[in-house]
Amino acid sequence: MNNWLEIVALEEIPVLGSRVVETDTVNIAVFRGKEDTVFAIKDQCPHKQGPLSQGIMHGDSVTCPLHNWKISLVSGEALGADEGCTNVYETKVEDGKVFLKSPSS
Amino acid sequence: MSDIAKQNLILVGNGMAGMRTIEELLKLEPEKYNITVFGDEPYGNYNRIMLSPVLANEKTLEEVMLNDDNWYQENNIRFEKGKRVTDIDRVAKKVIAEDGTELSYDKLLIATGSTSFMLPLPGADKEGVIGFRDVKDVDAMVDAALNYKKAVVIGGGLLGLEAANGLMKQGMDVTVVHIGDSLMDRQLDKDAATMLKTSLEEKGMKFLMSHASEEILGDGRVTGLRFSDGSEVDADLLVMAVGIKPNFELAKSTGLHCERGIVVSDTMQTFDPNIYAIGECVQHRGQVYGLVAPLFEQAKVAANHLAELGYGRYEGTVTSTMLKVTGISLFSAGDFIGDDDTEELLFRDVASGTYKKLILRDNIIIGACLYGDTMDGTWYFQMMKDGTNISDFRDSILFGQAHLGDAGHGDETRVAAMADNAEICGCNGVCKSEIVNAITEKKLFTLDDVRAHTKASASCGSCTGLVESLLAHTLGGDYSQAPSKKSLCGCTELTHEEVRAGIREMHLKDHEDVRKTLNWKTEDGCAVCRQATNYYLLCENPEYNDPESRFINERAHGNIQKDGTYSVVPRMFGGMCTPKDLHAIADVAEKFKVPEMKVTGGQRIDMFGIKKEDLPLVWKDLSEAGFVSGHAYGKAMRTCKTCVGDSWCRMGTQDSTGLGVKLEELTWGSWMPHKYKLAVSGCPRNCAEATIKDFGVVCVDSGYEIHVGGNGGIKVRVTDFLIKLDTEEEVLEYCAAFSQYYREDAHYLERTAPWIERVGLDKIKAAVLDDEANRKELYERFIISQKPAQIDPWKKHADGVDENQFKSIKITAA
Repeated sequence: MNNWLEIVALEEIPVLGSRVVETDTVNIAVFRGKEDTVFAIKDQCPHKQGPLSQGIMHGDSVTCPLHNWKISLVSGEALGADEGCTNVYETKVEDGKVFLKSPSS
Repeated sequence: MSDIAKQNLILVGNGMAGMRTIEELLKLEPEKYNITVFGDEPYGNYNRIMLSPVLANEKTLEEVMLNDDNWYQENNIRFEKGKRVTDIDRVAKKVIAEDGTELSYDKLLIATGSTSFMLPLPGADKEGVIGFRDVKDVDAMVDAALNYKKAVVIGGGLLGLEAANGLMKQGMDVTVVHIGDSLMDRQLDKDAATMLKTSLEEKGMKFLMSHASEEILGDGRVTGLRFSDGSEVDADLLVMAVGIKPNFELAKSTGLHCERGIVVSDTMQTFDPNIYAIGECVQHRGQVYGLVAPLFEQAKVAANHLAELGYGRYEGTVTSTMLKVTGISLFSAGDFIGDDDTEELLFRDVASGTYKKLILRDNIIIGACLYGDTMDGTWYFQMMKDGTNISDFRDSILFGQAHLGDAGHGDETRVAAMADNAEICGCNGVCKSEIVNAITEKKLFTLDDVRAHTKASASCGSCTGLVESLLAHTLGGDYSQAPSKKSLCGCTELTHEEVRAGIREMHLKDHEDVRKTLNWKTEDGCAVCRQATNYYLLCENPEYNDPESRFINERAHGNIQKDGTYSVVPRMFGGMCTPKDLHAIADVAEKFKVPEMKVTGGQRIDMFGIKKEDLPLVWKDLSEAGFVSGHAYGKAMRTCKTCVGDSWCRMGTQDSTGLGVKLEELTWGSWMPHKYKLAVSGCPRNCAEATIKDFGVVCVDSGYEIHVGGNGGIKVRVTDFLIKLDTEEEVLEYCAAFSQYYREDAHYLERTAPWIERVGLDKIKAAVLDDEANRKELYERFIISQKPAQIDPWKKHADGVDENQFKSIKITAA
């Protein structure tokens, strides 16, 4: 069964910015990088559950707005000397549309 | 393992300088080179400055190892342990080791360090005569302490005294022989040296001052030392600690230009462009260094060039010294003797064992010598490196930084005396022992390392001084804090000033332009530099804005709370309001079920717990009722607090509320380096607390007193009096001019209080008071930049600008 969900048009995510995807179970932050690479990560910092979607994105990581933890958008792991990990989800871009692999599957 | 496509880099010398360069290089270009390290000692890289504590039984060798064998493996570095390089063939570009190993290089890094300088005395080759330089020497000393009793150390300098102290700790009877009449004559003046000598004597150390050694006695093993006056002293162990000798024979034999060390340029290159040299073996601008701080700065530069980034420059280091003898605090830096053109500030209390001396030239510190109480050493040293003019607090500077009104910490700055569980960082709850343990166990050297690992001083930063003191105290000895030049963040080597000057002079138009033109190390920058750069760009061009480089508060025009909701504070000019205003706010609060409301310190009403998606709707209602954003979330002009003034108050002298409203109407919406608060008090009773605001007005019967640079935050600071004015019009003009000068001159995230302490009130007076034309220009520029700034961001967003930001995408799993 096809479990890719169409989320939003790529151009509706600002470059180096994000959109929040609300599902029944989890909020997911979908980020768009410089080269139109798209990342999806659980919208919850492993430190104190800060909304990562509201952080500043750089390269393939994001800085949490609450306490400046840097989280890798590729692995979901805290970078630098911090320790912690959050979920990441698969994405793809086709015809200018962003797809997210269904988190429930 | 080696990769043909990569270039070969060989490091000769497995010490702190060389390995630091490799570590810096791996951070910049981990894949560029196949790296080989030759070290003639049979260990990994260890922290040589910690050998004194090892000798004094305060640390073990394991504790001072920096890179063990695993580290080399993990980083794919070929480690030729215990192999001495004997030859470099520069034509064939290869190095040859003692055992015949030959390896060719594309780039070579020489970091052969230095050796103990051994006095050429008759008998210097006897058993039991050693230097104090490496693990081997420490082993020899520990060994001698087991079998012998009497030790003599030649040299009453830093190294000699540390060796003597260690040997005493090992149980030996120690005599220090010094050729001069004053200890540590390269670091201390006579008074401090006398106090030091007395304390060491109390610990049991013996001294023979003004004694010139002539011959080492004994057959086979040393038994004593004879002096030029014919007298003798018994010795079973003789340690020579008279200095170090740069180790550059290898470089010299291969034809590299050497003088007192291997001569290098500002890029750490030798006369052969493929060969770099670094550390104690080099001579840079005529200087040879024997301390660790310069090595770290050199390492950064060498790594920068090995990574072919090409913009690092080493320009020399101002060094400072501390003595690693437990129980004795001593700090010295720069020129501590002075000359005819210098002045001396002196504090001497022999009974309490405190001695502080600062040497000033034109009110700038050029040297410091502290004994007993050294906690302010790092502070003095920083001002010395920054060239800070100290005339404003010259009368109290010797009493230390705590005396300047560090209300947050006060006397606690005596870190050495603090209990292990004393809280250093109040924001992150980090206590002294956690920091000390992290420094020793994780081998941290810099403030940034400590911040990354413990979070201490990583939030509000008010305990930075304390953490630096702890670092200095824990590392002791040759620790010297961060390089004199503080870069804006890890993405660039440039300082705030340099980035700003770049933007101004080269007319850089956006973030990309800044990062490209100024050679950023990272593609997108980071959260730190992006916010700072965004401010600097918009300060030059008031229309500029890159939302993705703003902190979420300024992007969403609300204050993010710990649960991810926002708080909303409508502006109430001068704290004035009408029943209609209050009704409107109450209606909004009820409509959006605001869970909690509060009257703020800035005389307005805060509504908490608003969901991001509701923000535009809340703003729409508030806009329609006539409110604009209160910017309670921004690095921006916040509020103007007022008292009631002469319209009601029987003490009031002027219309403080009216003036407050005018000031707020003038300045609202203005983006600033940090938050910025105003107040107007109607009389000197000062009910609006104008003397702890960034810009405060205290009305008096005859006019208006203007006060600036106050701060009621982490570190309370009372304002400096700027000027007294006669009319409201003047107050408005001076307010705009002062605000604009702060906007154009301060570092991002620097409030007016630390800014004024850094640049000095005189500079501000010169720009805003003395130069009328300049004041008018500042005023004009402020007014121009206010035009786009006073378009209410709430109304804009309520009308649909950037609406995506507030809308989440809802999906339900089918």
